[in-house]
Amino acid sequence: MAKTKSFVEEIELHGHIIDSLLLPKVLDEILTRGGTYTIKKIDLGKRQTDPSNAKIEIKADTQQQLDDILAAVHDHGATPTTQRDCEFELADMNGAFPERFYSTTNYRTQVRIGGEWVDVDDQEMDCGIVLDLPLAGRASDGSRSPSLARPANEPRARCIPMVHVKKNQPIVVGHHGVRVLPAETSARASLFEFMSSAVSSEKPKGVTVREIAATMKRTRAAGEKILAVLGPAVVHTGSVEHICELIRLGYLNVLFAGNALATHDIEQALFGTSLGVWLDRGLPAEEGHEHHLRAINTIRRLGGIQKAVEQGKLKSGIMFECVQHNIPFVLAGSIRDDGPLPEVVTDVLVAQDVMREKIKGVGFCLMTATMLHSIATGNLLPAAVKVACVDINPATVTKLADRGSHQTVGVVTDAEPFLRALVAELKA
Amino acid sequence: MKTPRILMCPPDYYGIEYEINPWMSRARGASPARARKQWRDLHDALLSLDVTIELMTPQKGLPDLVFTANAGLVFGTRFFSSQFAHPERQRETPYFDAWFAEHGFTVEHLPEGVFFEGAGDALFCGETLYAGYRIRSHAAGHIHLGDVLQRRVLPVELVDKRFYHLDTCFCPLAPGQAIYFPDAFDSYGRTVLEQHIPRLIAVDEKEAERFACNAVVVGKRVVINTGSDRLAADLLRAGYECRFVELDEFIKAGGSAKCLTLRLDGEDAATW
Repeated sequence: MAKTKSFVEEIELHGHIIDSLLLPKVLDEILTRGGTYTIKKIDLGKRQTDPSNAKIEIKADTQQQLDDILAAVHDHGATPTTQRDCEFELADMNGAFPERFYSTTNYRTQVRIGGEWVDVDDQEMDCGIVLDLPLAGRASDGSRSPSLARPANEPRARCIPMVHVKKNQPIVVGHHGVRVLPAETSARASLFEFMSSAVSSEKPKGVTVREIAATMKRTRAAGEKILAVLGPAVVHTGSVEHICELIRLGYLNVLFAGNALATHDIEQALFGTSLGVWLDRGLPAEEGHEHHLRAINTIRRLGGIQKAVEQGKLKSGIMFECVQHNIPFVLAGSIRDDGPLPEVVTDVLVAQDVMREKIKGVGFCLMTATMLHSIATGNLLPAAVKVACVDINPATVTKLADRGSHQTVGVVTDAEPFLRALVAELKA
Repeated sequence: MKTPRILMCPPDYYGIEYEINPWMSRARGASPARARKQWRDLHDALLSLDVTIELMTPQKGLPDLVFTANAGLVFGTRFFSSQFAHPERQRETPYFDAWFAEHGFTVEHLPEGVFFEGAGDALFCGETLYAGYRIRSHAAGHIHLGDVLQRRVLPVELVDKRFYHLDTCFCPLAPGQAIYFPDAFDSYGRTVLEQHIPRLIAVDEKEAERFACNAVVVGKRVVINTGSDRLAADLLRAGYECRFVELDEFIKAGGSAKCLTLRLDGEDAATW
């Protein structure tokens, strides 16, 4: 994978830039100095006297290289498009943004503070941006502060969910001095380019599985974590052993699920059924509909999944492997949950925060057989994290994309054959 | 046919008082008497071509006021005042602005912080304004001028410090026809000139150093410094007649015939 060029500036070139060869010249300057460019927009004049206009995004490996490029192209008449710092207002109450707050996307975002572009940490869609500035940089009366003195300490910025806003926090407002950097095209090569956004049940699964396996291998090799978001159909379809194998192979490092996945997984471990159906025979067990409730009850009586494993009562399954391999899991509750299991986080705001904490360091996410948890996780993931969403229902994948998780590759298929093929591919 | 009008400034206070280009040497200096004679010869040569000459009042302490081409750019009755790169020449601006304001021109300025050295770096050939940048003028200033004038402006980069102004290496003769010294431009600039001006006459380095390109064009007559015989032959073939005037004393400051004049009614090569 090509090295990411993370120092970026957008310039504007105006005038008779085609006839004067200033456009190709500026592009040549960028390349010869080791930078890369993307022409974001170009408006060509229609008559000879009409000027043309181009907006060009320059990327460089270092700030020094970027500065050198900017100085060089400046001589040819190119100017940076953003000359203003971001604006902020101090939050006037807890738990809500100022009215003009900047609403985030899941794409890498930067804010301009004291003339410098600062990366926004904890990138997440549908949040605001809070600035971490030395006290001297803030307005004390709560009024808008259109200009920012360059703080002595390095300024920082991060995404903040609405509920976490505290009164007097500086929150970015408006769009000046905020820029969103689209996903690296190099990172979208291979599968994620090949599949693009179209979801179809009629795509060759073999290629897709192979590419997803390759992405997982690359993720692990890069020292990043792989997150799995699983629904109960994983158990119903008989895929537990495949997930256990992923854990044992080291291809599953964090697990997000709900009460149901864990419950049916434990039901299978304790009774051999999932939702009362024998997984080895496919037939309903007598009084099988009680199994899942009895499983929950057993675990509650033991004080939780962790304790059940420690006490030797839970001896197989996904949750067992998670405990055995120290895989952190987040079980987020919902209103229809039975029990729930003691580890289930029933306050959804708390669950979101725990999930936010656990997605740090995640480089790839596999979502299988759950619409609820897939969309919830998609909301939290930065766009740079590639996602494979495997579901028998195409609507799950399209809903994910419709909610802004465009980095998702969709695979419309039953969970079990997919996971079986994936494990085989990873072992190959 | 219109009577050409040219602005000149007598060399009463001309001399080499500072060094802001590779030609200038205070140690060598210039001869005031010879300079006055050479300037007078140029003045008379132009008069003989039925040019109307307007004179500015020379100012003590402003030796380069004699180079009126650098005052600004004339476009109809609009005068775009220069914003000199060197402080030594910035002091000339109030005198140029006052003269143009008194003579019926609207004096306009480019955005602050932009360097622009007038007709020294901006020359019309046909409807297009060719504009030299890098050494004295900023490309951004030329681009701004294109917006203001609603004309095509083609900035070309100058890469040889000896030819620090466009008018030292490029001289439009008529729409679609010009003299140039190719090595003074970068490859893009050369390509721009070659693509847009169908009849280009190249000057060799020896004659370029004699400021062959720094010529005053009046109809089919071209007034230049001595020592450009090859160019004169080329021009003759192109239907132009050369008038030589010895201007060595001004070359010591990096200027010649063209630098000493500013056409007030538009160059013959310009199509407004």
